[in-house]
Formats: sequence, C-alpha cells, structure tokens
Amino acid sequence: MDFFLSRYRHLTVLLVVITAQLLLIAYQVKTSKDIPLIRVWAVTAVTPFESGLELVRRYTWGFVEDYFVLLGVRSQNDKLRNENGQLKIENNYLKSELATADRARALSVFEARSPSKTVAARVIGNGTGANSKVVFVDRGSTSGVESGMAVVTPDGIVGKVVEAYPTASLVMLITDPTFAAGVVSQKNRVHGTLKGQGHAECLVDYVQNEEHVDIGEWFYTSGDDRIFPKGFPVGQVAAAPNGKTFKEIYISPSGMQGGVEEVLIVLQGVHQEVPGAEVASPAYSLMPAPTEIIQTPEGGPPPGSLSTDADRLRAIYKDVGIEQKHTYGEGPPGTKPPDFTKIPSVHGAPPPNAAAQPLTGPPAAQPSTSRPKPAPPKSVQPSKNDQPSAQVPSKPAPAASERPPAPAATQPADNQ
Amino acid sequence: MTEYTQTMTEYTERLLNETPRKDASDRFRIVWLVVIPLIAVLSQVYVPRFVPFLAYLELPLLITVHFALTSGGPIGALSYGMFIGLVQDSLSHQPIGMYGIVKTLVGYFAASVSMRFDVQNPVVTFILAFFFYFFHQFFYWVLSRALLGETLGFDAQQTLIFGLLNAAVALPLFRVLDKLKVAR
Repeated sequence: MDFFLSRYRHLTVLLVVITAQLLLIAYQVKTSKDIPLIRVWAVTAVTPFESGLELVRRYTWGFVEDYFVLLGVRSQNDKLRNENGQLKIENNYLKSELATADRARALSVFEARSPSKTVAARVIGNGTGANSKVVFVDRGSTSGVESGMAVVTPDGIVGKVVEAYPTASLVMLITDPTFAAGVVSQKNRVHGTLKGQGHAECLVDYVQNEEHVDIGEWFYTSGDDRIFPKGFPVGQVAAAPNGKTFKEIYISPSGMQGGVEEVLIVLQGVHQEVPGAEVASPAYSLMPAPTEIIQTPEGGPPPGSLSTDADRLRAIYKDVGIEQKHTYGEGPPGTKPPDFTKIPSVHGAPPPNAAAQPLTGPPAAQPSTSRPKPAPPKSVQPSKNDQPSAQVPSKPAPAASERPPAPAATQPADNQ
Repeated sequence: MTEYTQTMTEYTERLLNETPRKDASDRFRIVWLVVIPLIAVLSQVYVPRFVPFLAYLELPLLITVHFALTSGGPIGALSYGMFIGLVQDSLSHQPIGMYGIVKTLVGYFAASVSMRFDVQNPVVTFILAFFFYFFHQFFYWVLSRALLGETLGFDAQQTLIFGLLNAAVALPLFRVLDKLKVAR
C-alpha cells in the first residue's frame, strides 16, 4: 500500500481530489442544497475587488467615456444647431406662407361680402422717387383697372390707382404727400380731408378746432372724393391737437398695418353706411318702455291708429279727396284743389282742433299745444344734413363711369 | 542514419529529463499566487459586461495551465487548478465542483506534460493552450451531461475557434506571468 502510494502519489492525490469534488457535487445534486460557506468566502473575496474595479472604472474609464461622449455631443450639438437653423428658416417660410394664405383668404372673404366689385391684386414692386409712396400691383387695364380707382384691403383703404398699364398699375398709397381723400369720423361725423404725410401717419385736414374728435376714434371714407366708396375704414386717430384754424388730426392707417402685400382694386364702388357710433350712456334716466297698453278714455281712437296730428290730418285730407272725388297729384298745375272747408267727420276722427289733444297715455308722446296748420300736399322738403360737405381738393375728377355714385342722401319724400 | 538516431535520442532524453521550463526553478511570490487568479476571475466576471466578445477568454484556465507548466509538480498544479475552479464555481450558479474537477484535471495533465516537453517553445505553448482549452470545454460538457443531466450542446467548431483565440492570448500572457516570477 505504501509502495502504491509512493509510486503513484500524484495520481492518488488526483483521485482523492476528484473524488472529493465528485462527492461534493453529488451531495449538492442529491440534497439540492448549496455549499454556502464556499460561496460566501468566494463572493466576499471577489466582490470588494469588483466594487473597486467598478469605482475605478467609473472615475477613469467613465471619465474617458464621458469625454468621448462629450466629443460626440459637441458634434451632435453642431448638427442639431444646423438642423435647428434650417427648421427656423423653414418655419419662418411656412409662417410667411400661412400669413399670405390668411391675407388671401381675408381678401377673398372681403371681396365676396363687399357690395363693391373688386379685383384682387398683389404688390409687385415699389415705385421710384425719393418721397413718393407708390407701388406697382400686378393688375392693369387688361383686368379692368383704370386710373383713379380705389385700392383697399379688408382693414382699410390703401391708396388709389394713378396709372393703369396693361399688365400692372401704379398705386399711390395714402401715405404719399400728394394723396387726399374725404373722410368722416365715426362718432361725431366730422368730415375732413385725409392727406398723406410721407410717413406712416396721415393727417385729416380742414376740421375746425371746435369739432370734437376723440383719440382712438375711427375715420371712414365719406365718399366725398368720388374715388373711395363711403364706409371704408381709414384708421384710428392717434392725436388730435388744435391748430391755428383747423385741428391737426393724425391717423394711423389701418389698411397698411404690417405692410401691403395683397390689395383689392375697387372696379365699381358701392357706398356703405359708416358703422354706427357708440352712443354714450345718457346722463338722465329714462323710464322703461311701456309693456301694457293703457286704457284710453271712451270715445278715443283705438291705440295704434292715427296717433299723430299729421296722421290725422292725412286721414282727413284723404277723406276729403274721396268725398270730392279728387285724386291728389293728378292734373296739370293750377288744377282746382279740393275744398278743405268741407271737412267731413269720418273714421271717428276728432275735428282738427281736437286732434291736438293727447289721446294715449305714454308720457313720451309729445303733445302739441297748438293746432297744426294744414300743410300742402307736397310739403316735405329734403334734408340738407346728408349732403357731402367736404371737398377733396387738387385731384381732377375721373370719368363719371369710374366713380361710385354720390353718397346716399335722403331723397325728397312725397307725403302722398 | 546513425548520427540522426543519436541526435534524436539525445533530444528525447533532454525533453524527458529536463525540467519543465528553464525558469521552473523560479516561483511566484505568494501574493501573486493569490492575486493573479483573482484578477483572472475578476476579469472573467467583469470585463464581459463592457466587452461581451471577451467572454470567450478563459483566463482562469490559462492561469492554471501556466502555473501547471511552471510549477514543477502535478500535486501543486492540480491543487491550484482546484482552487481556481472552486472560486469560479462559487461565482456561478451551478453546483460547486464542476470547474473544480475540470481544472484539477487540467492542472494535473498540464504539469505532467510539462515534464515531457519544452514548454518554453512558443509553438508548444500555443498547442498546449489550445489543447487544454478544448479539453476543458469538452470535459466540462461531459460532466454537465453526466453529473447534472444537462442537455447542453457542444459546438466543436466554435470551441476550436475560441481555443485558437485563447492560445493566441496565452503566448503574451505567459510572457508577462514569467516576468512576475522571482528566482529561488
């Protein structure tokens, strides 16, 4: 045995070691148990070094790695910056396109809603000249554009055509020093003449110092110039100090805010009403409108019929005409009128002297204290208040066919 | 013919009689005997985290082979192999002893071979490293099937390629390890 061990000592040790490990494995497999002691020792011996390695790596290799990452970040940053710049350019381009589309849509809507016949045009260039404010638009005489036509946008007036070429037109902007147009204020209906100043603001001239113009008040075209149809917005009052004789009213043109790109040339203008002014609250209190009809005294006319002296007179004259078989308005001048001394008592209407009596209860009715004189049949005269009062100087009037009709004045009304 | 036979006889005797390596008389410091396998195991469990390709590198095996080739005795080599193998087993999820048995055998056989061949020769070193890698993988596969009943496949082609790569790494690694030895 000793000989065998000494002769095969190495092999014996090997067999012992292998057998021991086989038994170890067999034990683990058989019992499904681990050998925690060996594992704990091994793990305890190895993991601190592993942690140390990780720590070293984090502060060395990690630093180097971060450095290269940062190098990559730098190049990536440059790349992103370039990309961002391109995107900004593209974004600005798209915004511009969108704004153009919005303006075109606004023009289209305005063109469809406006009663005036217009044609859309695009500004294609500026005119030469040191102080002149003129632009070229891409619509000319072939599109029906003629000299003297108004040029507007949905926001307000822009200028007027001063020259019409076959394919383009020269438009004088309202900021041109030689431009003039009739305007009217919205609130107080103050008429004046809009003049260009060569810069962003325009002046409304020929407004008396006694007139009242508020800051921020809107001015509209008055139609007095026979170029711009009445009712187009012009701009808001920026300042309105008193001058020697006339106010110096400065207006910020609303049609040229943000530049002029697309415009409408008014081929056939139609006057519109100037939007109503904001009515200030009255300083006195008014009673609420009556909701019930107050019972009238016996014998009075039913409510709602012949409530004024004029109505009653009209009814009386009409009855007289019917009774005497006379038709008003017929016959040559000098025809004998009906005999108004024979006034019948018809429709239950009181005699003229009784017509002046208040018949109904509303206190708002204004009773007349004296008997009205019988007016002749054609008695109502046209009012002069709506006649154009401001004159636009210095511009020769274009052909009548190009002009919008005069602002709608009150026509003489015939009572018959 | 006589001269050739005489020369071969002398060469054979020299191979059989010489010490495994010419520096076999040198030995590692004790600290290196602990640190080197620790580094090998650490590298095996740590490096593949960041370089997965290096998982093929079986540094504990190469350390075992190198120690066996230079230890001068099979008992020390098989003990060293068993130690490294058990550490590997401890860090794995398998029963302790699998790597221990395999590396014990590797250490024993490597130490036995070192007494027969000139392990200083790089070619021999390469061949031995390749052979023991293949032996290690194959025997581990056999043990897994025989002892644990695992049905693992054995990819001989991949094992051969990895064996060549480990043999290639073994050449410079053994040079470095030789530098760590001190004369007796």
